[in-house]
Amino acid sequence: MLTLVLRRFLISIPLLLIATFLVFWMVRSTQAFDPTARLAQSRDPSVVQNERERLGLDDPIPVQYGRWLKDAVTGDLGESQTKHEEVTSMLQRSFWNTLQLILWGALFSAVVAMIIGVYSAVKQYSIGDYVFTSLTYIGIAMPPFVFGLLAIAYLAVWPKQTWGLDKPPLEFVGLHTTGQSGLNWDYIKHLVLPVLTLTVQIVASWTRYQRAATLDVLSSDYVRTARAKGVPRRKVIIKHAVRNSLIPLVTVMAVDIGLLFGGLLITEQIFSIPGMGRLFLNALQTGDAPVILGYILVAGVFVVLFNLIADVMYGVLDPRVRLS
Amino acid sequence: MSEEFPESEDRPDPTDDGLAIDTRVIPDEAGAPLAIELGVTDLDVAAEPVALSQWQLFVRRFKRHKLAIGSLVTLILIFVLCFVIAPIFLTAPQDQRSNLTLGSTGPSWQHPFGTDELGRDMWARILYGGQISLRIGVGVAVVSTLLGTFFGAIAGLYGKAVDQVIMRATDLVLILPAIAVLAVALQRFGQKPNNIVFVLAGLFWMQIARVVRGLTLSLKEKEFVEGARAAGASNFRIIVRHILPNCIGPIMVNLTLSIAVAIITESTLSFLGYGVVPPDVSWGYLLYTARTKYNHDVHLVLFPGLAILVTVLAVNALGDGLRDALDPHAKH
Repeated sequence: MLTLVLRRFLISIPLLLIATFLVFWMVRSTQAFDPTARLAQSRDPSVVQNERERLGLDDPIPVQYGRWLKDAVTGDLGESQTKHEEVTSMLQRSFWNTLQLILWGALFSAVVAMIIGVYSAVKQYSIGDYVFTSLTYIGIAMPPFVFGLLAIAYLAVWPKQTWGLDKPPLEFVGLHTTGQSGLNWDYIKHLVLPVLTLTVQIVASWTRYQRAATLDVLSSDYVRTARAKGVPRRKVIIKHAVRNSLIPLVTVMAVDIGLLFGGLLITEQIFSIPGMGRLFLNALQTGDAPVILGYILVAGVFVVLFNLIADVMYGVLDPRVRLS
Repeated sequence: MSEEFPESEDRPDPTDDGLAIDTRVIPDEAGAPLAIELGVTDLDVAAEPVALSQWQLFVRRFKRHKLAIGSLVTLILIFVLCFVIAPIFLTAPQDQRSNLTLGSTGPSWQHPFGTDELGRDMWARILYGGQISLRIGVGVAVVSTLLGTFFGAIAGLYGKAVDQVIMRATDLVLILPAIAVLAVALQRFGQKPNNIVFVLAGLFWMQIARVVRGLTLSLKEKEFVEGARAAGASNFRIIVRHILPNCIGPIMVNLTLSIAVAIITESTLSFLGYGVVPPDVSWGYLLYTARTKYNHDVHLVLFPGLAILVTVLAVNALGDGLRDALDPHAKH
């Protein structure tokens, strides 16, 4: 088990290198991301040439990649081309905003998915089950930005206009009003809509996992044995079924959370939250190659890390996996 | 993530226990023309009557799936609206022309979906946007299915190093942040609809490749493949004549479902400003232009959003129906 986890982890390192190399090649071969483009208006052609030499842009791409990687391993992702700031510190700053969203979004989604999933399984084919199943279908079919925009329109702007409020009941710009900070009412008002949007993005598939896993456990022999012994149904569900059905959900959650570090573009963009996703989108717009590359690398590292966590947790939670 | 869970348990079919299949008698006169129509008259399939009855049972099972039938009808309607009705009855210059004095208005008898800020009819814009969205969705599904089937079959049949290389390549998709990388790639390769199809397919083929590889691995141990090999069939012939015909069900299901994923991905990219660019319009692009219009112009968000929602729901339900009909034993 341990060797398997370790092997999967070790395989993912060269994969990460290949993945970042591909992106590096794309970025370096795109006119829009050329770091010297803004110098092109200069009358003196030697300005561009000097900059190209300083950045080593005339070297073969693998050589440039090697140089970038050597620095990246030591935590140096270079300097932004548009702002005179280290990419590492820009990513660190925005990381906390992304992390807050992931934390609250994952927590809320997990609770919702657990409750609905277990309910739908226990009351399989009831009206409630059908309603929730339909909702998960809609959740999967609805792009998160459609939900986000409609949520702003109907939960923030509409109540404000209808009741003539000074401010919308729920905020939709940033995580705090300017000047505010910390865990306060203002923070919660800013958090509701982005967390809801994020939840719609991930909760549907989690609910279906939980429902399927609970159904699986409910039809297992040990649940039948417990019932046959005379343990009340409620107790069997809580003590035996739910606890065991959480194992697949937890691992799926770990993998999905890893993906969220590079997947919050939409939520952060709609709600103007200065996280990593928004940093990346701004960099894409201004052609800021070092930030783009840094973001892809960090997102990839998180995916690899959380895959490792998922593997380890699976072994910790399920002794059968550990022993095999 | 969700694809791995068959939804077959969601809809029980008490009349279909899946066991009665081979006992049903299929009349010969009905079976024979069907086989010709399918092009399965050759020795390898037609020799077994089961192959014919499976098609008929598939149709019968699919017809029982009310939701899937409804979805199929909905999808046909959407395609006809976008590709037939729109070009005939809504000439692009006339109905998409701007009317600045009109500006953005809500739904009315004259403009059922309202007009945008330039006074253009949203109904016409959504139908024309649908042309691009659907073209990209179907295009990505077809191209990625062809690529994925090819690589999956090769990986499964050849095994060893070939398999390792192809499967590690499919692992790449699990590591890369998809939307971000696609946005970068579209900057690199251009944002025309055809480029979008190939860039998205470049990422999407991996899913189907895994499926086909798995199927190939189990099929190549079967006696009929061994027999074909003993008879001197080449690898190419084994793949095309013996393995792929047996994978057609899962491939079709995957193709259908990937239309939905492709439409959502395209609209996400367009919404971020890195997908379709004018003069092309897609549903995602309509939402991109409406992204700050949540004051009195909610209809600019609502109707393109509904177009995506309805299409994707229908495609997914159709895919589920196909899966249930093709493989009634696929209970989780």
